[in-house]
Amino acid sequence: MTNRLVTSDLDPAQADLDVTLPAGEGWTHPLGPGDFFRIVDLEGNQAVDTLFFNSRDLDERYSANETIRAQRNIYLTTGTGLLSSEGRPMLTIVADTCGRHDTLGGACSAESNQVRYDLDKKHMHNCRDSFLLALARHGHGMSKRDLPSNINFFMNVPVTPAGALTFEDGVSGPGRYVEMRAEMDVLVLISNCPQLNNPCNAYDPTPVRLLIWRKS
Amino acid sequence: MTPGKLTLRGGQAWSGRLHRNQHLAITDVEGRACVSALFYNARDPLERYNMADTLKAQFTAFLTAGRVLYSDMGRVLCSIVADGCGWHDTLSGIGDAAASRAHFGDGTYQQLRNERHRNGRDNLLVELGKHGLGKRDLVANLNFFVRIGVDDDGALRFIAGNSRPGATVDLRFEMDTLVVLSNTPHPLDPAPGYGPPGIELAISDGPAAGPDDACRLSRPENGRGFALTAAYVQETSGAERTR
Repeated sequence: MTNRLVTSDLDPAQADLDVTLPAGEGWTHPLGPGDFFRIVDLEGNQAVDTLFFNSRDLDERYSANETIRAQRNIYLTTGTGLLSSEGRPMLTIVADTCGRHDTLGGACSAESNQVRYDLDKKHMHNCRDSFLLALARHGHGMSKRDLPSNINFFMNVPVTPAGALTFEDGVSGPGRYVEMRAEMDVLVLISNCPQLNNPCNAYDPTPVRLLIWRKS
Repeated sequence: MTPGKLTLRGGQAWSGRLHRNQHLAITDVEGRACVSALFYNARDPLERYNMADTLKAQFTAFLTAGRVLYSDMGRVLCSIVADGCGWHDTLSGIGDAAASRAHFGDGTYQQLRNERHRNGRDNLLVELGKHGLGKRDLVANLNFFVRIGVDDDGALRFIAGNSRPGATVDLRFEMDTLVVLSNTPHPLDPAPGYGPPGIELAISDGPAAGPDDACRLSRPENGRGFALTAAYVQETSGAERTR
């Protein structure tokens, strides 16, 4: 898949929601069918760990496997349909000025940081903790059981034909964004990644801007 | 599980609890199988195989001998101690009833009785249901004996001829693990006609991984994963003693 760099005509001044999410924070928000949702990488090279749930049936959620198999490509960009565990379109990426996004690298956790970096790293802040706190605040009894493989917007995890997988310096930059159109009632779950042990945030996690344009 | 051998027919599903230090050897009898698999901590199935953590810790997109399967709690569920195939897919998930119908036609029970076309997703859901698990537990799975190539631009390709007749992958369990398997066609396999081949499973007892174990030493990350697993095994067996 060649990079499909596509800009959006939507005006941030007209957005119905415009918030800045600091690094290390979690966030949940509902979207309706036809709503547009944009994530802006304000300072560049910031991984935004993201999951989506069908708000009417939380058992249906984003599936990395279904998404990459349907488009037969591991990278997400303009035109990618983000599919659910039931194989249905949840959102469609309609604009992307970064070029590609990861859905294989998962979310960092206290326990995986111990394995990957050092047994002494368990205290460090991580995406799974942000996910779990956001889910606990949202309610509905959601837990670690509800954290399948997620999307990492703006993160660069290349896979080589020989099967190597690495975390590389980001392909994103200040002000780059990705924009999606919701195809169903969706609950968005985000962890703005606090990882300091690898280059996924250029060793300096930074805030992102989240914008929503309601259909009506 | 009691040590022994069993055969899974094409289309069949299976689940069982493997104890720490037991082995499960899976043999691709005809050399064209796809064995989709999920793994859960048998004591606490909220802990389960984690595709991303498995790949990140070992800087790989596929699995073979010397690599291990990580849970989402930083522990090693099982190690691949031997592999006659060389590449097992971690990326491409399982097919469902709609994909099976699109590729092979209806293949219903009403038409075919027990030659019906069974699919990976439904098979895994049936086996998960036997253990009180369900859709929320259907995480990214492994596909033994399948190779999906990733081109430089990210495109996925099914690579035919990855396995060979008689290829065996040997898993050694590092903690008590619930294994769920589905012996069903891979959704990207272009082969026409529904006809998944039979596979063989062999369960045996064995010694614990030693300090010089190849899987433990294959990466510094795995050394830490084994240390976290040993601490958990000690903790949970201690809890059992005081019960």
